[in-house]
Parts: sequence; C-alpha cells; structure tokens
Amino acid sequence: MSADPSRLSLFWAEYRQNKIAVLALIVVVVMILLALLAALISPQNPYDLANLSLRDSRRPPGFVGTGGYTHILGTDPQGRDLLSAIFYGLRISIQIGLAAGFVSLTIGTTLGILAAYIGGRVETLIMRLVDLQLSFPAILLALVIVALLGQGKAQLIGALVAAQYAYFARTAYGAAKAERGKDYIEAALAIPLSTRLVLWRHMLPNCTPPLIVVATVQIANSISLEATLSFLGLGLPVTEPSLGMLIANGFPYMMSGRYWISVYPGVALIILIVAINVVGDQVRDQFNPRLRR
Amino acid sequence: MTDPVLSVQNLKTHFFTRAGVIKAVDDVSFDLARGEIMGLVGESGSGKTVTGFSLLGLVDPPGRIVEGSVKLNGTELTTLSGAALRSRRGREISMIFQDPIATLNPLLTIGQQMHMAISAHDRLGKAAANARCAELLTQVGIPSAKARLRAYPHEFSGGMRQRVAIAIALLHRPAVLVADEPTTALDVSIQAQILLQMRELAAETGTAMIWISHDLAVVSSLATKLAVMYAGKIVEQGPTATLLRDPRHPYTAGLIASLPAMAKPGTPLTQIRGTTPSLLSLPVGCPFAPRCDRQTETCLEKPPLTMEGARGWRCFHPVGHSAGALA
Amino acid sequence: MSAFLSIDNASRLFGPKLSTGEKIAAKLGAKVETRSVRAVSAVTLSVRKGETLGLVGESGCGKSTLGHLIAGILPPTSGTVTIDGAPVMVGSKKVTTRVQTVFQDPFASLDPRMKVGETVAEGPIAHGLTTRAHSKTYVSEWFERVGLDPVWTDRYPHQFSGGQRQRIAIARALAMQPDVLICDEPVASLDVSIQAQIINLFLTLTKKLDLTCVFISHDLSVVQHVSDRVAVMYLGRIVELGPVAQVFGRPAHPYTAALFGSVPKLVLDADELVHFDTIEGEVPSPLSPPSGCYYHPRCPLASPQCSNAAPPTKAVSDVRYVACYHSDAQLRLGPQS
Repeated sequence: MSADPSRLSLFWAEYRQNKIAVLALIVVVVMILLALLAALISPQNPYDLANLSLRDSRRPPGFVGTGGYTHILGTDPQGRDLLSAIFYGLRISIQIGLAAGFVSLTIGTTLGILAAYIGGRVETLIMRLVDLQLSFPAILLALVIVALLGQGKAQLIGALVAAQYAYFARTAYGAAKAERGKDYIEAALAIPLSTRLVLWRHMLPNCTPPLIVVATVQIANSISLEATLSFLGLGLPVTEPSLGMLIANGFPYMMSGRYWISVYPGVALIILIVAINVVGDQVRDQFNPRLRR
Repeated sequence: MTDPVLSVQNLKTHFFTRAGVIKAVDDVSFDLARGEIMGLVGESGSGKTVTGFSLLGLVDPPGRIVEGSVKLNGTELTTLSGAALRSRRGREISMIFQDPIATLNPLLTIGQQMHMAISAHDRLGKAAANARCAELLTQVGIPSAKARLRAYPHEFSGGMRQRVAIAIALLHRPAVLVADEPTTALDVSIQAQILLQMRELAAETGTAMIWISHDLAVVSSLATKLAVMYAGKIVEQGPTATLLRDPRHPYTAGLIASLPAMAKPGTPLTQIRGTTPSLLSLPVGCPFAPRCDRQTETCLEKPPLTMEGARGWRCFHPVGHSAGALA
Repeated sequence: MSAFLSIDNASRLFGPKLSTGEKIAAKLGAKVETRSVRAVSAVTLSVRKGETLGLVGESGCGKSTLGHLIAGILPPTSGTVTIDGAPVMVGSKKVTTRVQTVFQDPFASLDPRMKVGETVAEGPIAHGLTTRAHSKTYVSEWFERVGLDPVWTDRYPHQFSGGQRQRIAIARALAMQPDVLICDEPVASLDVSIQAQIINLFLTLTKKLDLTCVFISHDLSVVQHVSDRVAVMYLGRIVELGPVAQVFGRPAHPYTAALFGSVPKLVLDADELVHFDTIEGEVPSPLSPPSGCYYHPRCPLASPQCSNAAPPTKAVSDVRYVACYHSDAQLRLGPQS
C-alpha cells in the first residue's frame, strides 16, 4: 500500500511537462495581477473624466501628454491613455468573465445533477430546456436579454449566465448520470443516507473534473461574449470602457492609420482568451482517463 | 519427447515505465508437445497473461521481450519481423481472451468476421469458406451452424460467443492455442460445457493448448501438466496429478490448502499471509519468502530451478522433499 | 423456529421504462416492448438469528436482486421483507439501518474521492452511532477489527489492494452495527490467496458479533464453507432450500444436482482427468421463461406435468424444501460424488 503525494502535486507535476501550458498559465496569472493592481500601476485613471484632456486624443504611441508622462501605447478618442485603459478593461473583462462563469457553474451544475438524479418528468423538463437553450446562438440570447434588461454590470452578467448555464448543465448531467449507476452511490444510499447528503458529498465531488474543464472554456467565452456585446455598444456604459468598447472606439480610425486605438486592446483580449483556452485544454487532457504508464 | 511444438526458453518480458522496470515475465521456460494441454496458473500480477501475450508478440510498449526464445515448430518468433509474425499469428498460434463481448465486432455478422479471419491467411472461395466456418462452429458445439453464420454477436449468449471466438481461433488449425481465462466470466454450467468441448477438440485436432487461469480446479480438469507462476517466475511445474497431490513449492501448497473445498465447512481456511508483492519493489531473493512459513536466511538468494524428471520447482525448502526439508 | 429475517412471497418485476415517445406510440397502436422481467418470483424465506444463509445460482437467477430486496436497496413489487417483524422498506424508502451490505466490487463501492476513514464514518455519524468528534476513534476500532492498520484511515481507495478494500467495505457495513449482513459476491473479484483471508475474517466476525447473514455467491465451494443453510435459485425462483451439507450432498432438485455436478472439483488423488457432468442447453431468457417449471426443458427427469404448472414448494423433511414434482426420484439417485 503506497503513500501517494497529493492529487494536486501529481496534477502539477504532469502539467509542468507542457511548457506552452505553463507559459499560458503564467500569462493568465500576470493578466489577473495586472487587472487586480490596475489602479496602482496605471499612469492614469481612465474613468476619471477630470483627468482626461481632449488635446491628448488620438495621439500615437510614445506621445508625451498633458499629464507629463509618456503614453506608451498612445491615446484613444477621449484622450484616455491606452495602456491604463487596457489595464482597467482587463479588470472588467476578468471580473465579468469570472462572475458569469461562477454563477453559470452553480446554476448549471445544480440543474444538471438534479435532472440526472431525480429522473422522470423533472429530468425531461430540465434537459429539454437546456437543449433549447443550446440551440440558440449565445450571442443572440445575450442580445435579447440585454435589450430587455438594459445595460449595466448585473444585467450583463445575467445575460451571459443565461447564455452559458446550459453548457454546465449538460456536462453536469452527463457526469451525474454516469456516476448515478455506480456502486458507491448505491452503497451510500443503502445505509441509508439522505439524498441531500449523497448528492453533496458523493455526487458533486465526482462530477467536478469535467466541470472544471468546461469552466475554463466558458470563462474565456464569457470574456469574448462580453467584449462582443461591448463592441456592439450593448455592454457597460461608455464611461467604464471594457476591452470590447475600446476596440469599438478605435474602429472608425483603423483606415486612417491610427491603428493603435483598436489593435492594442484587441491584442490584449486575444492573448487573454488564448491563454485561458490553452490552460483549459491542458486541464482537459490531463483529466482524460488514460492508461497510467 | 519428440520435438515439442512450442519451446519457450528463459523468456523475459519487461515493462519500462516512468515508475521503474516491471519484470512481468522473468525467466520462464516450458515445452509444449503436440496435442498437450498445459495449465498456466497464477494470481493477478503473476505474469501469466503477459506470458501469453509474449508468445503471440502482442506486448505493446513500454513492454517488450528483452531476452529468451520462443520457438514455434522450430521457428524462432522473437526475432521475426512484424509481417512475418503477423503471418504466423492466427495461422500457427492463436489466442482467445476472457471477455467474449470485446473479442467480437458487434457490427459484423459472425460469418463476416470468420471470413475476415480466413482471408487473413488463406485464399478460399465463398462457398469453401462458408463450409469451413460451419464445420468449425459445429465442432465447437453451436447448433444450426450454417444459419448462425448470418447472426450478429448480440444474438448469442455469453457462452456461445466464447465458442465462436474459439472457432475463429481454430480456423487455420493452429499448432498452439493460448486461452487467457476464457471461462472466468461464464456461468458454471456453461464453463463445464466448454471445458469438455476443449478436451475433445485438443484430442481431435491435435492443437496444443495453454490454458491460463487463476482457478486450480478448472485447470486441473483440463490440463495434463501445470505451471504455477508467482511474481513473474514459474515457481513449480509438472504433471497435474502429481503436482496437486504432492506440491513442492510452499506457494502451490498454500494455494491448494486455502481452497474452501479443502477445509471442513465452518472452520478457518488455511491462509497465505500477506499480499503479492508489487513488481516494482520485489523482495531480495525469493519473491515468496516474506509470506512463507519455511523461509530462512538462505532464501535471501534467488532459488534456482531444481528439476526432477518432469517436475521442477524453485525453492530452497520444498515441501515434502527429503533433500532440503526442514527438521 | 423463530424467523429473524423474513421474506414473505416477495417478487420483483423490472418493467421496461417507456419514454414519453414510446407511450404515445403504444397508444397509437404501435408494438412496443412491454414484457417485464420477473427477476424474483414469489420467494418465501426465513433466516434465524445468527444463521448464515447461502444464496446460489447462475447469472440471471435473481440472487443479487433478492439480495437488494433484503438490503432495502430495491423495494419488492409485491410481498414483504421484515427484520424482527419490522419492514425494511416503506414505499421506496429504506427505514432501518439494521441490514447492511457488502458489495462485490470493493473498488467500485468506495467513493474514489473520499478518504476511506470518512467513507466508513459517514453512515454512523448520520445515524447517531458516533459523533464527528469521536468518529476517528470509532473508525480506528473498526479498522483494527477487520485487520487494517488504523493509520490508513487517511488514505484513498486506490492506494489499497483488492483484499484491503474489501476489508474496508466490511468495516463500513459493520460500523453501522447491523443485525443482518448481506454479502453480495464478496470474494468473487479477489485472488484465491486473499479469498481465504476474507472468508476467515467473515467467519470470525459473524460469530463474534452474532450476525445473521445472507451470503450470495456463484462459487459453490465458498457457499458450502460459510453457510448453515443454502437456497438454490433458478430464473427468480427458489428451487431448493435446506442445510448446506444435505442439499449439496444429496440434492432433491435436478438443477441442484446438475449444478453441483458441473463444477470442476479439485481431486487430489486422481490419476486421470476429473470427470464432470454438463447441463444441456443454456439458461433461458428471463423475458420469456418456459411454462410451468422453468427448468423442465433441460431436466432429465422432466415429465408432461412439469410443463403444465409450476411445482409448489413442498417439505422433504422438516428442514428441507424443494419445488419439484420428481424430488423423490432425484433423492433416490443418491449422494453426489
């Protein structure tokens, strides 16, 4: 009988072997740090209208503005330092991505596990709803909800959750259905243990691996979806620019050579999403049952 | 004896894993004569299945045969190329497995699968192939064979599927058939039918068989000679009746004694203490020593193979033998 | 004979679960599979306190399903299961903890993500047999009783061997302090040398704790070794019941005789290969069992009466029962070798 190192350290040992995944993880961590510390490291607070000067608008990278510092990435049409705006934009993107992801995870998992466990009409009802949801393009759904509920952070998160809980529900349903038939669930029920206890202590922990994978992908999707909505002008108000809005702001200027206003926020967004996806891919591969060599 | 149809000498199959080298088969030797049935007995981790796979060249990386020779009808198998080995597999030596469901393709009829097996090594016209398939199905005890050729695997019961697997394995009249626990998953009554069938088949066709099992009773009802494996080595071999009546190796003796059938009902069974060692961390010397009541300091050395006629054992203190018996 | 565990005319049907679409199709007149499987058919059994009853039969005979009925995992479709007079299930809910089960696959019956100590403790904590604070001591005691080192309570199932896992499963069942223990093929997935250890553990504990047991197995020699009485099942029906030595030594039912005869036995002083009998044919599908006595198509003693009506259970002696019209003829065939 062996003394095993912890599951987490085994996981990390294997993860470390993929250098690209490690790089992606570093990128994600760095971006989260940038977002968290945005207020501290930004040369300018882009939300504070008093800070802005229209004389600084649309200036190229390297320009020294009225504040006296170099705008490393240039400025946007409102005179905002693009670097600062990107930091704050990252903060919003990550905040909303995580919030929407977390709420979708909770709602979707609960629905999926209940559907699998209770069975019968409840199962049919929930899963047909989920199927319906999944056949709608997420963007369409989000647009409808934002149109109905108006703009704002909570409404935005609500729209994203509505568009995404179904993925979690379906994954949790599949995992729960597979675990439902297993002996250890039957053994727990045979003691007898209450349904609540069995679901919470046995079913849920064993359904988490695929859910973690879905969560990473869906967080990236949330960020991407929020950026799209903001790009279309349906996201947060103009005074709190997210990366999508920054890209939208710069769009009219793309053809006239002032590329930096759209491109730099766009690059930041791409890096963030790709990094999260790479981490998610690696996590998914590691959770795949494979021959232990 | 006359030239054995299969001769295995000092076979070693090792697995090179990240955790270390697993010596799954560690110096195994035996001969098999034409029409002879040999039982390869052992518990999980003993190496019996890997031995079977090694004979057919089915060991996948990270495992490979590192040493030893496997001579089938005089031809050395371990040095053959992939193509040469494939041409012999199924034709001169074939294998049947424990799970009959996994062996057969659920999307093809039995007839189609048997035809594929035939055409792998032979060119037969459709009618001739059908005739051969039907003949073999009848031989393994499947009624209305010709009609059954058009059936799918799910239309057969577990026992029938296993018989089909046996029929496919015997299509080319191989010299050797390796059977890896083929009746373990079947009901007792079906097992009995198949065991009897195999006895008859071996006598009729002259196919030699290696019957791999953990069940001493099953194997003893079929095999004329037994080899008992432990931790990758054959610790005892010999004719079935004498080996069971008079085992030399303490492990064999312990196995026989621990069977419920050997004890008075309700009384504690003789048990072998401890558990089989992990192949990654074998004890120094005799692998069975930590569990053996007869072990002494001598057992820190690996016991050599002692032969006495057709019997052989690896033990410094064999049971019941005058030379080496403890006071 | 006072019955402690009583199964009275219990049956369990498994009907096809029709989906909404199939129900609609059936209403519209389409042919939909509605046959149900009688996994357990009108079984009446009683077990004395402290007795071990063996349950044998081949696959599809219903022994596992009967085990589930007794254990309170499945409710009977009709009939009752009572322990000391009190029913095990009310509706679909199990209402007692007096019966516990040891399952066949020790790896599958332990939650892979839970420490084994927690798995063993959760039932007793939930039912007030111990408190969370005291649970570690409680579990350690049970670990010792089943031959495991208490320090291993913090390990996960995959870190143990098959035999150790089965000991953990036994500890979990016994930690609930049951009166009745159902063992569903507890040694089937274990190596032979480990089987002996677990069987010995079972014998010691059942005696020490005065447990009433139902031991389900397809391995006749194991059942013969641990049981006081044995019930032989075929396609959901009990065909014979009695003290184990008598039932196997001198069967009253042709199926018992054939079953016992077809098991290869290890005979140590035969110079020839052992001979054993085979039963003709195969077990019929439980979806469409034969008429009358289910065994009659394969039975050497069958007569026209056997296909007309199922034979009632009759007493061969005051401790033996058999469901066969020709039990006298079978008994006259004498003892099995």
